[in-house]
Amino acid sequence: MADASSPKSLNLTLPLLEMINVSKSFPGVRALADVNLDLYPGEVLALLGENGAGKSTLIKILGGVHPPDLGIIKINGQEIHIDSPTTSQQAGVGVIFQEFNLIPALTARENIFLGQEKSPLSWIAKGQEDEQARELFERIGVKVDPNALCRNLTVAQQQVVEIAKALALNAQIVVMDEPSAALTPREVEGLFQIVDELRRQGIGIIYISHRLDEIDRLADRIMVLRDGQYVGTQDADAVTRDEIIEMMVGRSLDNEFPDEIRPVGKIRLEVKSLSCGHTVKDVSFDVRAGEILGVAGLVGAGRTETARLLFGADKPDTGSVTLDGKQLKIQSPRQAIAQGICLLTEDRKEQGLVLGQTVQENFGLPNIQDFTKAGFINKGEETSAFNSYIEQLQIKVTDGSQIAATLSGGNQQKVVLAKWLYRNAEVVIFDEPTRGIDVGAKYEIYLLMNELARQGKAIIMISSELPEVLGMSDRILVMHEGQVAGCLENRDVTQEDLMKLATGTKEVATV
Amino acid sequence: MMRNKYIRILLVDYGMVFVLLSLCLLISLLTITDMHPEDTSAARKLAVSLVKEAGSDINVLVVARTTQADKVFANTLKGQLESSGAHVVGVELGNPSTLRKRLELLGQQDERVDFVATHDFSSKWRVLSAASRSEMGSLYPALKGLKIAKPASYRWPTFLTANNLIGILNQNAPIAIMAIGMTLVIITAGIDLSVGSLMALAAVVTATTIQRYLGGEDASGFDVALAFVFAAGVCALAGAFAGVIVTVFKVPPFVVTLGLMMVARGMSYILAGGADAVSIDADSIGALYSSSVLGIPSQIVLMIMLFIVAHIVMNHTAFGRYVYAVGGNETAARLSGVPIAGVIIAVYAVCGLAAGLAGVLDASHFGTGRPKAGEFYELQVIAAVVIGGTSLMGGEGKIFGTFIGALILGVIQNGLNMAGVDFERQMVIYGTLILVAVLIDQLKKKVFKPATS
Repeated sequence: MADASSPKSLNLTLPLLEMINVSKSFPGVRALADVNLDLYPGEVLALLGENGAGKSTLIKILGGVHPPDLGIIKINGQEIHIDSPTTSQQAGVGVIFQEFNLIPALTARENIFLGQEKSPLSWIAKGQEDEQARELFERIGVKVDPNALCRNLTVAQQQVVEIAKALALNAQIVVMDEPSAALTPREVEGLFQIVDELRRQGIGIIYISHRLDEIDRLADRIMVLRDGQYVGTQDADAVTRDEIIEMMVGRSLDNEFPDEIRPVGKIRLEVKSLSCGHTVKDVSFDVRAGEILGVAGLVGAGRTETARLLFGADKPDTGSVTLDGKQLKIQSPRQAIAQGICLLTEDRKEQGLVLGQTVQENFGLPNIQDFTKAGFINKGEETSAFNSYIEQLQIKVTDGSQIAATLSGGNQQKVVLAKWLYRNAEVVIFDEPTRGIDVGAKYEIYLLMNELARQGKAIIMISSELPEVLGMSDRILVMHEGQVAGCLENRDVTQEDLMKLATGTKEVATV
Repeated sequence: MMRNKYIRILLVDYGMVFVLLSLCLLISLLTITDMHPEDTSAARKLAVSLVKEAGSDINVLVVARTTQADKVFANTLKGQLESSGAHVVGVELGNPSTLRKRLELLGQQDERVDFVATHDFSSKWRVLSAASRSEMGSLYPALKGLKIAKPASYRWPTFLTANNLIGILNQNAPIAIMAIGMTLVIITAGIDLSVGSLMALAAVVTATTIQRYLGGEDASGFDVALAFVFAAGVCALAGAFAGVIVTVFKVPPFVVTLGLMMVARGMSYILAGGADAVSIDADSIGALYSSSVLGIPSQIVLMIMLFIVAHIVMNHTAFGRYVYAVGGNETAARLSGVPIAGVIIAVYAVCGLAAGLAGVLDASHFGTGRPKAGEFYELQVIAAVVIGGTSLMGGEGKIFGTFIGALILGVIQNGLNMAGVDFERQMVIYGTLILVAVLIDQLKKKVFKPATS
């Protein structure tokens, strides 16, 4: 693949940032090998690659989190050594990581200027800071109250605060790692406008995302990494989506979603009038055997909350759940699991995995009783059970004793999948199953969902990605402000139809 | 890469073993002294080597002090000499002046004596000095060729003797036993400050139960055992209660167990009725502490058994897995169907039970119930766990590490005592040790941080 790339809009010869032959190894892993990157002022460089391809490592090197083993970093033509987040910031790099570095108990303004005090005893000119904060928000084009506590801000607003924080340090280079992952579609549109605005101001932006729609919309150039290797850089206009995917996965994918027609059987799961405070109000629906029920809605519409009620993670005020005509009594996740319901949470790191434990121990957590005889765990049995999933799901691990934290997002999700697949539950709830997961792994997860449905299980898939909902679901439940806004048979439904229901602009319509 | 992995395992999992071994080596080097054996095997060896060198046609006088150990030494020596064919003219158990009289008597009787066989201590008596011997030899021909035979001395660290090592283990057994329970609690990201007080409570409950309800001096061995079980059970219940408050009412464990610590200590004093110690009149109270298995005090045997059981539970049962999972990520564990509340309550109950056991051992040791028992032990117990590599953040830690941690504390204490370091300075050294242990823990995590991409 040719490295044919010059910035299209601004024909400046001097790159803002050059990373030359950067390499990095961790114990047991070669994360990056001879990777090159250049970035020009006023352009958006999309950094693409599957999970584990080395994107995060590359930007962590740029952000001063990890020192590179080899390689040169030049900013404005000058070679610099980045050995800490501070030197990175001083060099004009602002990295907005997926996990924000904001202190919830401080205000937006305090977060923006945190660390810029000249000395611990220096007087903080609040008025001046306030003004500067407002200017920054204006520059970004978003209104945020500088005096609002960060914990009261939405995810999108917190992201704006992070961007403002970078700009307050005169960042010329802004790196965004999966900035849209936690945003609603409307907020994502706002993000695009922010990126456009920053680009117009001559800032160089490195944009990491798995969503190819966003890349189409934003990127000037596209750079692809695969397995820690530099694959190539292309002008965004010069490549098609299929070509990008091919660069990323090293093979061509015909379709983003697997096609499949399954017979749908009788009703298996029936939920009636589920309510809990203000988050879930009188939610009723059913799922049939072999059916994938997609659940769409904006963030905060009560989708995850409904799933948690079904799973016993929270207790409902009212409502009943029946499975195959039998009323279930669910007080805790333990009981839900015992009665054949399992939930793949949206947040792998916080809720899905014990990161400090080995992948096999994570796998065993809900299944341990199956491997226990006379009180003792038969580790051999557990290992062989887990190994069969390593093979089946193609989990990239050395063996079951690898610590979960060391896996990439896609592989972590596969470990979570493995632990629930073994349970062989009748109702499987997927909450944002492909969030932060690369194209190749996504497809594998889709195939797996189809396989489960084919076995006659009832599948619920909560997703904020409308193409995914439309691509995978047999029926689609749309929620709005804790209520069911509609339930549509997935025939000739458009994204617009779903958005109208999700935003409450259309009256409740049921099939 | 592979080499790196092994170095990592070595440092991370067994780093503290090296610390312990180096400490032992250091203290051994510092405590090397001349050793003068006075035991039966030394006596046997002496007899054999004497006959071998001087032949069996010798007359020997066996000399020792009047202590029980010396009597055994002397009798062994005499028996071995006689069975080797030497002639023992007599055994003198006494002091320098009785020995002088005995030698003079033998001289007057013209009874030839070739050797005085004794141990190092008596061989240094003035009466046996070269000058004194030649003087006696000139007076009495029978004593002319008198020589001294004593077991060979050698240089050996006093630290590294069976007695001392067993002493260290025995002294630290209560803390080590409590550290087992504490390890479980800390792995769940909790802490239990009440163990020292619960230990006292168990001791006092044992005492008052025996004195008031089981007939005092009339209490049988079974009654005493019953009191032990009851006292340990009370502590387990107290621990379970703390666990309930921690898990059901979400009160931080630090606060819950701080409260329990004060309540339990106060109750111990109240039960003791203001006395420094409640004496226990039952004869069999000391049986638990003073009995031994194959020469090893039962307390040590119990401790080692508990460590083995705990190790197996933590590594080979679902409960152990759950404990690690709860500490590593409580939310993920709950959403995986782990019975969080049950695990936490059980862990605090186990910790209470361990403290109860330590208290029972204390009562058996002193024959009294001391409301002052275990003061500040909670800190030593936590120190042992932390030095053993268990993370206060939860989710990490090994029972074996705790065993090593407890040993390190004990070895240092012993070494410092031998070196004559006073209590105040010992505290400073302990504190520094804890800081260093935690620092090492952090450093090794930093150096060998796993890749996160």
